[in-house]
Amino acid sequence: MNSRWKANTINTTSIILIYVILVLLIRMGFINSYYEGILIEMGINIILAVSLNLATGYLGQLTLGHAGFMAIGAYAAAIFSSRVNMPDLPLLLISIIIGGLLAALLGFLMAIPVFRLRGDYLAIITLGFGEIIRVIILNLKITGGGKGLSGILPLTSFSSVYFVTIITIAIFYTLINSRHGRAIISIREDEIASEAVGISTKYYKTFAFTIAAFFAGIAGGLFAHHTLVLDPKDFGFIRSIEILIIVVLGGMGNLTGSILAAIIITILPRMLMGFADWNMIIYSILLIAMMLFKPGGLLGKREFSLYKLLAGRKKSHGNAPVKNEGSE
Amino acid sequence: MNLLANFLQQLINGIHVGSIYALIALGYTMVYGIIKLINFAHGDIIMMGAYFTFVCIVSLGLPLWAALIIPVILCLVSGILIERVAYKPLRNSPRLSALITAIGVSFLLENVFFKKFGQNPRPFPQFINPTPISIGPLQISRITLITVLVSILLMILLDFFVKRSKPGKAMRAVSEDQGAAQLMGINVNSTISLTFAIGSALGAIGGILYSVAYPLIDPFMGVMPGLKAFVAAVLGGIGIIPGAMLGGFIMGIAESLTKGYISSQLADAVVFGILIIVLSLKPSGLLGKNIKEKV
Amino acid sequence: MKRLVKLMSLTLTGALLASSLVGCGQNGSGSKDSDVIKIGGIAPLTGDVAVYGVAANNGAKLAIEEINANGGILGKQIQYIDYDDKGDTTEAVNAYKKLVNNDKVEAIIGAVTSKPTLAITPLAAKDGIPMISPTATALDVTSAGSNIFRTCFIDPYQGENMARFAIENLNATKAAVLYNTADDYSIGVAEAFKNQFEASGGEIVSFEGYGADEKDYKAILTNVKGQNPDVLFLPDYYNTVGLIAQQVKEVGINATLLGADGWDGVLAVAPEAAEGAYFCNHYSTDDSSEEVQNFLKAYKDKYNEEPVSFAALGYDTVKILAAAIEKAGTTDYDAVVNALTETNITTVTGTITYDENRNPIKDVAIIRIENGQNKLYTKINPQ
Repeated sequence: MNSRWKANTINTTSIILIYVILVLLIRMGFINSYYEGILIEMGINIILAVSLNLATGYLGQLTLGHAGFMAIGAYAAAIFSSRVNMPDLPLLLISIIIGGLLAALLGFLMAIPVFRLRGDYLAIITLGFGEIIRVIILNLKITGGGKGLSGILPLTSFSSVYFVTIITIAIFYTLINSRHGRAIISIREDEIASEAVGISTKYYKTFAFTIAAFFAGIAGGLFAHHTLVLDPKDFGFIRSIEILIIVVLGGMGNLTGSILAAIIITILPRMLMGFADWNMIIYSILLIAMMLFKPGGLLGKREFSLYKLLAGRKKSHGNAPVKNEGSE
Repeated sequence: MNLLANFLQQLINGIHVGSIYALIALGYTMVYGIIKLINFAHGDIIMMGAYFTFVCIVSLGLPLWAALIIPVILCLVSGILIERVAYKPLRNSPRLSALITAIGVSFLLENVFFKKFGQNPRPFPQFINPTPISIGPLQISRITLITVLVSILLMILLDFFVKRSKPGKAMRAVSEDQGAAQLMGINVNSTISLTFAIGSALGAIGGILYSVAYPLIDPFMGVMPGLKAFVAAVLGGIGIIPGAMLGGFIMGIAESLTKGYISSQLADAVVFGILIIVLSLKPSGLLGKNIKEKV
Repeated sequence: MKRLVKLMSLTLTGALLASSLVGCGQNGSGSKDSDVIKIGGIAPLTGDVAVYGVAANNGAKLAIEEINANGGILGKQIQYIDYDDKGDTTEAVNAYKKLVNNDKVEAIIGAVTSKPTLAITPLAAKDGIPMISPTATALDVTSAGSNIFRTCFIDPYQGENMARFAIENLNATKAAVLYNTADDYSIGVAEAFKNQFEASGGEIVSFEGYGADEKDYKAILTNVKGQNPDVLFLPDYYNTVGLIAQQVKEVGINATLLGADGWDGVLAVAPEAAEGAYFCNHYSTDDSSEEVQNFLKAYKDKYNEEPVSFAALGYDTVKILAAAIEKAGTTDYDAVVNALTETNITTVTGTITYDENRNPIKDVAIIRIENGQNKLYTKINPQ
């Protein structure tokens, strides 16, 4: 696997290089607190998009309740970190893992009723669950109810978000390219056929759903320690829709697409800020135009690969099948 | 006696709100039935109906009959336009793209009206006297009576139209099998446009009734009622017209009783909870048909 | 060749992306020796609570215009840089960071609603920058740091006063309270009212919360009706209050309606339903004092509408800040903060001084809605 070796080296070096450059820029003050915040948001959005993509793009089940898992992760992490005394970095990591586990647990429990349904009904029931989670958070004392949760410790930093994001991407990449990933994709392609060849659709659906929930929870935990104030209104179905938009924009079942789209969607509203009241109108027109002209997403089915780009493989679309490391 | 009166009063409140949900749900269910699209922008048709009426009465000073008919026609036309421009090109694309486009249209409508009308919610003109009529210990407002009567009347008319008239039959045919309908000589495009037209008209009327009941309109007022109406449509079996009506009333009553007897805060959770329970037991909705998937 | 083209387009895209990041928001350096004094404003100019944000912002801008026309502060013109927080905590934090890091402002006026304000107070406390919120009434706002002030009176104060008013002036014995559970303001005022009402011997027959997006209150009101209260206290903002008041009429409740400063503006929404109600406010438009009348005229001339109390508070905030900077003689953070603690000025919303928690000590006006107008009923002076 010479090409794979080369690809991995290129990817790892660029990851470290990008990190070093960005941290230097931050330390030297070229990237100030405002831009650092944007980078952190990008990371969080990437984790959200990539995790939703597993359930929606790769598994093929439209879920509209992702924000609910994010909420669970956010609140659980915040409540934990406010009660425990520990140095910053381990506290952050443990809090978000707890948030992720709690979200995963709920995802697991939800999978039981959810996967009895198909298609749009499944979408609606996940939306319903997402809303129920929001309303429960709205009514509990421990989460601050309608007033929200404030005074969260500012534990999230660019470095922590960067590495959690990279690890998340690596995990998903490995998962997609493993036989588990292929099983998940086969369910999307033809559920009955998969069942017929012995793939336990129930197991894999639950598996994918739970993993997606876990990482949404992680993203939520990072989010909580970044914005320092949580409001149940932030986690309604509008938020789920926003994450879905990122996934569709990048291409369903396209990992690098989700990353690219997450970056774009994070920056776009800020770039449009200068247009004051027109910005949301422009944003929605862009969205509609995107869908009309490129309904498969920005990158469609093609995964972006730094290695392929630099190595300049002599491959044109739809020719003889070439062994590649990405999945189609 | 007081307990019973209270319960009946809450029930009446629920029927009032439920009839509005039912009216809006009809639009969702008709569109979904015919092109399998969750038209997220439908909730915003409600908002447009409200604003058009507002402008007709307050800014243009039109007589009431005109101020009620013109917005309905405007929304009807808007519905057809939206379908032609944003949804028709995507009829053969993945369904998710059409969904995202619908979301984009929804955002667009909300923000265009926001830009035009600004951040101030506007008080909706009260053309129905809010003073209640007393029937024994119960107080029923004229608004409630008119809302419920209008909704039921429209639902009956729609049901009749879909079952007996030729365009109605065409709608049912296209819902069942677009290809076959086309082969039978039905103009699929006009049928779809008709569906959107009727759905939007009903949505506009729903919006007007909603604004009469809660006379404060803002560009985002359609989001929540739209969502609830959509849930109502699914509850009753999406694509099935009587199902939308049933779902609407169930949602309204459940909401009202929860607010009255449990907690106003939990109303949303209870309503979605009912949805989950119903779907778990009857996956295609209350009146839905379970279609077996053939390999 | 293809490879080169791909690589170049990649770098170009990367460069474009990077430059768009760097390019936007990079305003002037704003050194302290320049000939303008930069003041930052954070308010909800769009979103659910935009009404309040725009009003406060307009008031602030009016005051800045007036000060600039009179020569500015310390001989320098004020440059007002405002950002929209959309009523959202994340946006408020972003706006704050932009103002302090990119635009390098000398002071912050904002935010308008309590939650976004609470999101930025820890940051402001760390930076030590003088910060005055014109309208955030939640108790915790000023306790985050000794450089954080506010122009409006706090929630508990309003609730207590309305409860006393109900008992002493209206002879009420039974009260019902409906409040917005998502709003610190509503909860704070409601609880203060409840505690004071009960302490003064009254009975709270109903204490019900509703959600922020609620539109249908008939279910709750039906329950309230059965309890026969003398007064119904609705501490929320005027849009919601107007909606509730109309449904109060539909359900047939005969209690007197009471409210707090959020009621200001209810006449535009539900004049008939609100008839005969009392609410407390920061000022009254038929207050004959010179400051009020001048402000009313100037605001109407510039914006073509009546100023709600939020506008007055925004206006006064700028006046307080300007006075403090003049007094300190410099825009140095600590000096201005010190000068703020010694504030003693008479403006639109009364004569203002600060207590040890940096909350203002000022008058409360009780307004009665008569014949579709706000009439000043009485003024209460704090003990």
